[in-house]
Amino acid sequence: MKLAVCAKGEGLSAQVDERFGRCIFFVIVDTENEESVVSIRNSNADAAGGAGPQAAQLLAGVGADAVALGNVGPNAAEALKTAKIEVFTGIVGTVANVVQQFREGKLVLLTEATVPSHAGMKNRRGGKG
Amino acid sequence: MKLLIASGKGGTGKTTVAVNLALAMAEKKIQLLDCDVEEPNAHLFLNPEYSSEVEIGIPVPSVDYSKCNFCGRCAEVCMFNALAVLKDQVMVLRELCHGCGSCAYLCPQKAIHEIECPIGQVEAGKAYQLDFIHGRLNPGEAMSPPLINAVKKAAAVDRITIIDAPPGTSCPVVSAAAGCDYCLLVTEPTPFGLNDLDLAYQMVLKLGTPAGVLINRCDIGDCAVEDYCNNNGLPLLYKIPWDMDLARLYARGEPVVLHIPVWKDRFREIFFHIQAARKVAMRR
Ligand code: SF4
Ligand code: SF4
Repeated sequence: MKLAVCAKGEGLSAQVDERFGRCIFFVIVDTENEESVVSIRNSNADAAGGAGPQAAQLLAGVGADAVALGNVGPNAAEALKTAKIEVFTGIVGTVANVVQQFREGKLVLLTEATVPSHAGMKNRRGGKG
Repeated sequence: MKLLIASGKGGTGKTTVAVNLALAMAEKKIQLLDCDVEEPNAHLFLNPEYSSEVEIGIPVPSVDYSKCNFCGRCAEVCMFNALAVLKDQVMVLRELCHGCGSCAYLCPQKAIHEIECPIGQVEAGKAYQLDFIHGRLNPGEAMSPPLINAVKKAAAVDRITIIDAPPGTSCPVVSAAAGCDYCLLVTEPTPFGLNDLDLAYQMVLKLGTPAGVLINRCDIGDCAVEDYCNNNGLPLLYKIPWDMDLARLYARGEPVVLHIPVWKDRFREIFFHIQAARKVAMRR
């Protein structure tokens, strides 16, 4: 299974990033074959709005089956569901730690959003339209 | 003349100034547009009689799945991240869509058609001798610029137009400011007032609209706003002191110029200052 982990950097040793739509990298690991690791920069991390669904689109495009994240908003949660990507939360430490936790069944399967809309935006004042 | 009355935030007396200016000059064929469509309040002072109400909507994409091949082109061309192509579905994020039509136009399969989605109403009517137009954005609706544009489109072109801008410095104000030939920035002589004035001034500079400043309740704070105007070559057109009558009538929702003649004279004076400043700016 292809698991995408939200991370602050590239590769297995990168620290995880709590945010989904605005994480810096997605590190995509084949959980059956840990040799296969691909890091993709999240091109929408700085988007004015709609970063979450765009991130879901990116993951759907690379064929991820699941994503491990800290927090996810309602639009992103719905987009991930539509793309049939499973959502796991409870990540700590490095990408390698998360993959380990996943194998041991220690991550929590999510079925809905953990935070309200736009929670990952740095500047939440104004900016409409 | 198209005059925008703006301020970096709400609560500076922007609407009071717009309403009283318009009423003080009413014999000159004036129309007042309230472009603060999220929280219109000029009508509260004017009790207009409306003669028309028009529903405004924006065209939002709808995907025909018998034609779509999920190529992803629509999401690529949308500048507002309002579309996400997810395996076998195209998700439309209604609250991000600006109704620009690019996706429908550029879809290679012609799989997108547009459905009109209501965002609010434009109401037009008369108040005293003024032509009055405002917009009401539907509750929960985030996309105000198309409604602001509709308010402006409903206005006649052959008369003096005074526009009460939405507060802030983002998209809605920029929509309200488009096509205006002068901007009156209403502020207060406080640190907050200064901060907001600076943001608002940076915005009009970017838009290239000449601007002047009116300081409201000019005796409540410090002189930092005046210094700011001087240092930036920003004309300070008028200072309105705190005034018991003004505050009392404001609280009752009544325009001061209709009740106290000296205020009518003052607002006429403000108007002439604006006209003069605009002429100077146009000569540059
Ligand atoms: S551009 Fe047209 S065909 Fe391509 S994904 Fe969008 S709707 Fe479908
Ligand atoms: S109409 Fe414009 S803003 Fe709306 S989804 Fe299509 S491209 Fe995006």
